Amino acid sequence: MSVLDKYNVELNEMEQKLRPPTIGMVPYEPKVIPLTTGEDMLVREAKPEEIPVVLEAIKPLFDHVADYYDIVAARIYTELLGMLRYRVQDEYLFWGLINGELAGIVNGRLVNAKTGMSYHTMTIKRGARVGAQLFAAKMEYHFDFMNQDEVLIVAESPNGFRRWMIEYELESAPDRPHELGGVPTYVLTRALWEKHKGNKNVGLRPADPEIIKANEVLKPISEIKV
Amino acid sequence: MREVGIIGIGHTKFGKSQVPFLDMACAAALEAMDDAGAKTGNKNVIDQVFVGSMGSGMVSRVSGIASALVDTLNIRPAAAETIENGPASGASAVKLGFQAIASGCSDCCLVVGAEGMRAVTGWEGTDFVATMLHPTGEYPYGCTLPSFAGMFTRLLMEKNGVESRDLSIISVKNHANACLNPVAHIQNKVVLERITDERIIAATNPLVADPLRQFDMCPVSDGAAAVLLVAKEKMKDLGFDGKPFIKIAGIASATDTHYVANRADPTELLAVRLSSQKAYDMSGKKPEDIDVAELHDAFQILEIAESEETGLFPKGQGHIAAREGKSEIHGEMPINTSGGLKAKGHPLGATGVSQIVEIVKQLRGTAQERQVEGAKTGLIVNFGGFGNNVVSAVLTNE
Repeated sequence: MSVLDKYNVELNEMEQKLRPPTIGMVPYEPKVIPLTTGEDMLVREAKPEEIPVVLEAIKPLFDHVADYYDIVAARIYTELLGMLRYRVQDEYLFWGLINGELAGIVNGRLVNAKTGMSYHTMTIKRGARVGAQLFAAKMEYHFDFMNQDEVLIVAESPNGFRRWMIEYELESAPDRPHELGGVPTYVLTRALWEKHKGNKNVGLRPADPEIIKANEVLKPISEIKV
Repeated sequence: MREVGIIGIGHTKFGKSQVPFLDMACAAALEAMDDAGAKTGNKNVIDQVFVGSMGSGMVSRVSGIASALVDTLNIRPAAAETIENGPASGASAVKLGFQAIASGCSDCCLVVGAEGMRAVTGWEGTDFVATMLHPTGEYPYGCTLPSFAGMFTRLLMEKNGVESRDLSIISVKNHANACLNPVAHIQNKVVLERITDERIIAATNPLVADPLRQFDMCPVSDGAAAVLLVAKEKMKDLGFDGKPFIKIAGIASATDTHYVANRADPTELLAVRLSSQKAYDMSGKKPEDIDVAELHDAFQILEIAESEETGLFPKGQGHIAAREGKSEIHGEMPINTSGGLKAKGHPLGATGVSQIVEIVKQLRGTAQERQVEGAKTGLIVNFGGFGNNVVSAVLTNE
């Protein structure tokens, strides 16, 4: 039995009505990010069959209070489940992988053709700026792949606030609704992206075929230590 | 003066503490007491406790930490004092413990250094550390320690030809050493090319205070370290007979102008030079006798400058020595085998004691994979302010 089987439903008329429409998404071209540790991290789109594996793996983090891993893990869980069950419109999900091992997770979605919404960035391998690099990768997707004008962003942790709101000089937009609760929304505009991407967004393309091959398969995750 | 040495050491894992501040300080203290075989309650022989902490009251909201620690450890009625001397608080506390025993006022002192830096945000932490700068000439103008270190680095780049890559070389070395130290805050290997490659450096090693980048400075850490000091002549009477005794052969401090702009030459770290010279003189040792050193590399440029001011390398040659690998564990003058402040971490008040703990391990021969073969004499430099109050110590196993 495939790991996806339990999420399969009959695509009947009702299910058709329940599924969100799509405005269309372009593929994200994988890239290699050289880490300070000497390792090479591949950022690529997640495959549907990998999602249930990660859902199981992050469950223990629901009790990990430090650095807000509990709330981020719980929310990522629902977002990934929403993606699997076709209940979120135009969601994307990227892994950061090092030799097939999960180093980080980023996701978000398109609100409409010109506005994006950042969901979460979770670092599994800490201390190598993985989170900062993955966040930049998803902003790259919004602006440079989907040609959007702005991305709505919130932060659950002080680390996130420092990394995104402060370092990218995000514009405060408390009146713009964000799906992640009633916390204040900030906006990364195209102008800010163009200003900061030279310093924030790195990665080598085309990705080395050897590195792509080494990360073709997501390795089983026995335990996540953060 | 009586001979004073260390018979017990303790050290928490630096990083983000998962326990309250007082518990963290007590954990290090208990480990040092256990190491020496010291007892509590009516069998206690510790008659004096010094705790070095820069901001236990301001940041961790626990003031009178020495009094709290003595009661928590059940070693009353030992005298208890908290010492605040900026980032040099730890070594200052050891110095006072040394003086108490050497003078005959005390026979056995517990010295603890402890700091809880992660209780506040990075901005608040940076601001708190900056409060030790000149209150009218520096702090109100937004000066911080990273900004001073940036200016200091720029001057040494112009004066001695230090390059940004030299700072990275030291950073990589100290990260490698920290990977061998179980109590270090950051235990990630760092590859030189990844933090110096111009194509990716903005993302992998971003500028913090020009010309300093992220890997040119220490992280913000919680942590505690402790040492138990005893008068050698009293070891048997106090029940410590046979315990390894690492002698504090020399310990001294010196000061410089508070206002950095008042220094005749801001590239000179006069207090480092004078305190280390006093420690050498007191111990009868010279720079060439030093087998291993723990220098205060809150910024990597300080490891270079201190290695010169202490005479370990000639003036203007510290960065060249680093390039040549001389300060690596198996180099001719190993520096910061613990990982240094850069990677072991820098919980301000704990740092000086932590440096001494590392030297004790080296001189006992128990530093495991980072052991410097045959180490007999070690040096520490604990740097306060931007060099306006520095404590140096020479330890030996002879």
